[in-house]
Amino acid sequence: MSISKQIVADFIANDVRFVTTVPCKQLGGVIDEVEARPEIHHVPANKEDEGMGLCAGAYMGGKRSAIIMQNTALGVTINTLVTLTQFYRMPLPMLISYRGELKEPVACQVEMAVHTKALLNQLNIPTYHFHRQEDGAELDAILKYTFMCNKPVAILTDATFWGGY
Amino acid sequence: MIRSEVLREIAPVLREALVVCNIGLPSQELHMIDDQPSNFYMLGTMGLASSIGLGLALSQPKPVVAIDGDGSVLTNFGTLPTIANNVADNFVLLIIDNGSYGSTGDQPTYAGKKTSLAKVASACGCENVVEVQGAEAAEALRTALDSGKMTVLVVKCESGNIKVPVITMDPVVIRDRFMKAVRS
Ligand SMILES: [Mg+2]
Repeated sequence: MSISKQIVADFIANDVRFVTTVPCKQLGGVIDEVEARPEIHHVPANKEDEGMGLCAGAYMGGKRSAIIMQNTALGVTINTLVTLTQFYRMPLPMLISYRGELKEPVACQVEMAVHTKALLNQLNIPTYHFHRQEDGAELDAILKYTFMCNKPVAILTDATFWGGY
Repeated sequence: MIRSEVLREIAPVLREALVVCNIGLPSQELHMIDDQPSNFYMLGTMGLASSIGLGLALSQPKPVVAIDGDGSVLTNFGTLPTIANNVADNFVLLIIDNGSYGSTGDQPTYAGKKTSLAKVASACGCENVVEVQGAEAAEALRTALDSGKMTVLVVKCESGNIKVPVITMDPVVIRDRFMKAVRS
């Protein structure tokens, strides 16, 4: 099974039924699989904070939800993470493309990469970094942890994990 | 009419639906006028009432009304194409458009000048867009809920605020009792 298919299979096995996405090249395969699987209601969002609002509504409607996004957008989601997801204690797996790491061809992406973990740390968001392919095996446990503790949890996936560009 | 008077008019109709209410004075006013477990009060996060409402409507069958403001829709304009392209026929987006940022002291918004939110919603692909004056809001909301069609309802009214206490209920309590109302 491809990494993308395995990731979505883990989401489904953990009853995630609503996923919102903002595109990223690295996550293209995951987004295609989210769209293809009938178990998941896929709603593409125009902006990541909007997507987190959709996820909050879906969660309160009884569906476990998740967001797929790029780390460059972390800044625009800070108020939402703090005053909605965390303040109301809602679980939110955030599958994040970690642009600006090793094998990155675009210099500007590094500018957000150097702030990514610091911001997540400042927000007290549990953060996991998938670098080697085998790191993906922890996703199932990370999802169970997220829905156990009702917190936003970040899963950073870098270019090495995805096998380069 | 000002926003609090519109809310007073529509409160009996809102009881029939799950309500996601916009940050600041709209939530404080609705809480004072007719607090219900089926009301979700936003205490922060300006702009996301429509997004939360849509996610909720897409995930369960009960009717959902998101009460938004002109300033909040302007800050999350991306929500309108998402709503248009992900139709939930149990969803009404009710925008109380008083042409001002009420909660921050009634500074004017562009919706009170050249920009028509109803026209923007239509241009984004929303199929049932209705614009009414404040006095017609309750009837228009009932019609929208009875239609079984996703509707964007723009209610035009005057700007102006009343004195109202802040909501001191804990956010987790608001969320928990709301989720019980969703399931009931
Ligand atoms: Mg206003």
